[in-house]
Amino acid sequence: MIGWLLRRLAQIIPTLLILSVMIFGLQQLMPGDPALILAGEERGDPVVLAQIRAELLLDRPIAEQYFVWVSKVVQGDFGFSWRIRMPVSQLILEKLPVTFQLATMAFVIAIVIGVPLGILSAVRRDTPTDWLANAVALAGISTPNFWLGIMMILFFSVNLGWLPPSGYVPLTEDWRASLATTIMPAFVLGSGIAGVLMRHTRAAMMTAMAQDYVRTARAKGMAEGVVVLKHAFRNALIPVVTLGAIEFGRLLAGAVLTEQIFTIPGFGKLIVDAVFNRDYPVVQGVVLATALIFVVLSLVADLLYMAINPRLRQA
Amino acid sequence: MTPALAVTGLTVSFATDRGVFRAVDGLSFSVAPGETLAIVGESGCGKSVSSLAIMGLLEGNARVGGDLRLAGQDLLAMTPEARRKLRGADMAMIFQEPMTSLNPAFCAGNQIAEVLALHRGLSRHAAYEEAIRALDQVRIPDARRRAAQYPHQLSGGMRQRVMIAMALACRPKLLIADEPTTALDVTVQAQILELLDELKRETGTAIVLITHDLGVVADHAEQVVVMYAGRAVETAPGEAIFTHPEHPYTIGLLGAAPRLDGPRGRLASIEGTVPDPMHRPPGCGFAPRCPFAVAECTVTDPALTMLAPGHAAACLLAPLEAA
Ligand SMILES: Nc1ncnc2c1ncn2[C@@H]1O[C@H](COP(=O)(O)OP(=O)(O)OP(=O)(O)O)[C@@H](O)[C@H]1O
Ligand code: SF4
Ligand SMILES: [Mg+2]
Repeated sequence: MIGWLLRRLAQIIPTLLILSVMIFGLQQLMPGDPALILAGEERGDPVVLAQIRAELLLDRPIAEQYFVWVSKVVQGDFGFSWRIRMPVSQLILEKLPVTFQLATMAFVIAIVIGVPLGILSAVRRDTPTDWLANAVALAGISTPNFWLGIMMILFFSVNLGWLPPSGYVPLTEDWRASLATTIMPAFVLGSGIAGVLMRHTRAAMMTAMAQDYVRTARAKGMAEGVVVLKHAFRNALIPVVTLGAIEFGRLLAGAVLTEQIFTIPGFGKLIVDAVFNRDYPVVQGVVLATALIFVVLSLVADLLYMAINPRLRQA
Repeated sequence: MTPALAVTGLTVSFATDRGVFRAVDGLSFSVAPGETLAIVGESGCGKSVSSLAIMGLLEGNARVGGDLRLAGQDLLAMTPEARRKLRGADMAMIFQEPMTSLNPAFCAGNQIAEVLALHRGLSRHAAYEEAIRALDQVRIPDARRRAAQYPHQLSGGMRQRVMIAMALACRPKLLIADEPTTALDVTVQAQILELLDELKRETGTAIVLITHDLGVVADHAEQVVVMYAGRAVETAPGEAIFTHPEHPYTIGLLGAAPRLDGPRGRLASIEGTVPDPMHRPPGCGFAPRCPFAVAECTVTDPALTMLAPGHAAACLLAPLEAA
């Protein structure tokens, strides 16, 4: 078990290395010269441009730039934002809680809607309940987030005046206001995932319900609720957890469009601004941090499998 | 004495896309406490469907008719909830597939403890301790350690013992064992059947043993029901089925020369196919395959007729000696 964990942690290093090369390489393909953008008004002055390039190492070979960056990152130094003049790590730490809050809320909404609906439609398969649940899931999956976001703002903020249309209040400042600012974007993000989760839960539950051990549970006199929620669902959880981990990772990577619509200052907004400003250190830092989150989440998912599936526990 | 289980005129029909078809048609038998009744017959003749009907475990597309009594209680008249409470407590079932019948997500001990907690109201801890005793009772060595293991850590024979422990944990009046040894290798088969016999003596549970193996019938059953295409074609005391089989189908199953002391006979295969249950021809259902068939057989449907005490057959020519 410990050995497995160490091996798993060791795998993270090459993963991140490959990613860092990709991040750096792809970035070179972005059009536009960062020096020109940073020079602003003085973009006509070759001396200023040369100075900026020298300062940011943009005049060095790409390989050198890469190694300078990686060796700093290894020491925990993500560099300075070229634009905002703030350490990238500070920017990340500032935005991460915002995105984390939004992602968690969206994820909870997705689970609360998707999983019970999936179970219900599997248990009542081929009945009107099942058809309705499937229709709801399809609606969740196929509704574009930006459209749903705008409609929600129009309805709840403009028409009813119940919720603020945009902005963000940190949880630590005023939790009610914080929830009010995040509930709509969280619902927008969660509804799509709820649909996907519902489909997967339904499929996994149908498989589980057809197994012999479900018949055994019934032969033991278990109430139908126990048969479904304990005996079948416990086994159906495995594929659902896989999907959940992936979706949560995607949420943490930032919901660019949704954050933009609701002007939530999270990861999504940070990276969009950074890309437009050719603020390379921020782009690199955020992408790497996102990758790290993904890797950690997949580790958590694997640990969860082991908790759920005793067959995996012995290794 | 009230039989542990009395089945009278059991019918099971399924609504399918092709129409309604009758998988079990008028099956009757009864088992006394502490006795074993074997049900034999080819694949698809309705053995599992009959057992599931008794347990109340058939899917929604099944319609069950007739009369089912468990120690005198009318199973078909009670509410589904009342019937559920009997399952695992007064009647239990073990299945053909020990490899998949246990839940892979829970350890053996907890799966047994669950029944005890449900039906005997034991606390988690007490139920688990009782589960260990149940494992001990089915002769699992080192029961405490085994209780903590998960199904994938147990062999097929061991899993079937766990299933038996689970089924008998609440001392049911009736145990239905649906081909409990088919998936196991020969030595383990013998051990499991031996175990069932011992437990039957210890607990007085009545056993309905479904099997393909006529040797099993000879050694372990007091009574036999031979099923063909959803019907009982012959019912007899365990020994009589070997010494005087009366139905041509039974004779076919036994092969040319049934010998109690001879090698254990699996069901001999019989030429021809079972009639389509959707379009059952008039007359005897076995007629197309019956070597003894006469013209009358395609016209008159023979009823199960008593030939000797405890011995009945559904054949126009029975008793055969007289024909
Ligand atoms: N839910 C169902 N819907 C429709 N038909 C069914 C259903 N369950 C069983 N049957 C049919 O009922 C018939 C009897 O099946 P059953 O499982 O009782 O056979 P069996 O005697 O147990 O055979 P085996 O020895 O192979 O286990 C078969 O033709 C089967 O296809
Ligand atoms: S009734 Fe006729 S066909 Fe049917 S088993 Fe007897 S002899 Fe054979
Ligand atoms: Mg069967």
